[in-house]
Amino acid sequence: MAFLDFNNVRIAGFAAGVPKYVAVNESVASKDYDAADFIATTGVRERRIGNFTTSDLCFEATERLLSDLQWDKAEIGALVFVSQTADYILPATACVLQNRLGLSKECYALDIALGCSGWVYGLSVVAGLLSETGITKALLLAGDAKKRAKSDPDPLFGHAGTVTAIEYNKGASGFKFHVGTDGSGYDAIITPDGGSRNQFTEDSLKLVQCEDGIMRHRLQTLMKGMDVFAFGISVVPKTVKKLLEKHQVDINSIDYFLFHQANKMMNEKIRKKLKLPEEKVPYCMQSFGNTSSASIPLTVVTQIPEIVRASSLHHLACGFGVGLSWATVLFDTDKVVVSDLVEV
Amino acid sequence: MNLQDFVEKFAEQFDETDANEIQANTVFKDLDEWSSLIALSVIAMVDEEYEVALKGDDIRNASTIEDLYNVVKAKH
Repeated sequence: MAFLDFNNVRIAGFAAGVPKYVAVNESVASKDYDAADFIATTGVRERRIGNFTTSDLCFEATERLLSDLQWDKAEIGALVFVSQTADYILPATACVLQNRLGLSKECYALDIALGCSGWVYGLSVVAGLLSETGITKALLLAGDAKKRAKSDPDPLFGHAGTVTAIEYNKGASGFKFHVGTDGSGYDAIITPDGGSRNQFTEDSLKLVQCEDGIMRHRLQTLMKGMDVFAFGISVVPKTVKKLLEKHQVDINSIDYFLFHQANKMMNEKIRKKLKLPEEKVPYCMQSFGNTSSASIPLTVVTQIPEIVRASSLHHLACGFGVGLSWATVLFDTDKVVVSDLVEV
Repeated sequence: MNLQDFVEKFAEQFDETDANEIQANTVFKDLDEWSSLIALSVIAMVDEEYEVALKGDDIRNASTIEDLYNVVKAKH
């Protein structure tokens, strides 16, 4: 079973960067529904978009967090960048960021190409790297930001880049994970062209009508919305229950359930299936849309910053989506640093 | 599970369409109110009531409500 436990590690802080520009969902390009239907179903009233790459937003968030934490850059031994919107096809964006942030050349740096499940997966990778005598401080950068098309036909997605600071801390309760993968759904969310399998040709830019009635081309992200929806509402309650059962944790003892912000209809179904009270399940999708691997830390930074700064809390976070891939984690925070939202 | 019950639950996903218009042999995609959003409601209903995860193709390949009922029954 895909359970993983790491002790003696803790989250030291969170920060998030978003573009200043607010895109309001006043219209949608679908023949199937209007903007009011779209907002009622997805919960996405507005989101942030701009001409920044994910690494630009992560960079700004990281500078702020390191300053708020008063961490010495020389102490940072690892940088993991989780994104499906890398700066280049190669090199890895983590290498670009090591230099841009002025981190030590004695730095472990790699990219992880995951989306909605990526923050939780990235946390498991970083947790596995930390030890008392080796790497003691690490940065997990996660997010997605890319102009997907001139006409902006994806009113669901917003841009954000986040950073989570993680450190070795003897005696800390650590992180407990349950993870899973179902690659039979690899094409449920896919950018089909531009990689090695389907190299870019002029046909890559031909518009085709998608399931939701919106026209898109093959360099954009195409989604089988119905498959993704059925996947989310069935797999998320199961992974959450498995993890809680494995560790004999009472669901009522969790202070916050931090779910990937997919869309309101899916997240509300998940919340109701798990019988969770609204106040324990914060959402940021109404203001920022679906922000892929940024959504969990962005929810902390924008929805519950004061209480996370001031209290000791038990959290359960679950990311799920493109892959198909999902990961759930139990972790505590004890008065950690939460930087104010960085608007770039 | 039985067909009549399924048809009734299917009909509950519509706001404007009269329930009498929705029968086992109704070609549901021809209903004016049918949309990708109602399809999601149907998937959620099937997940909740029958613990079956429908695929988009299950909905696309079904013509009548009875067709979809048979898919759910086979996976149930």
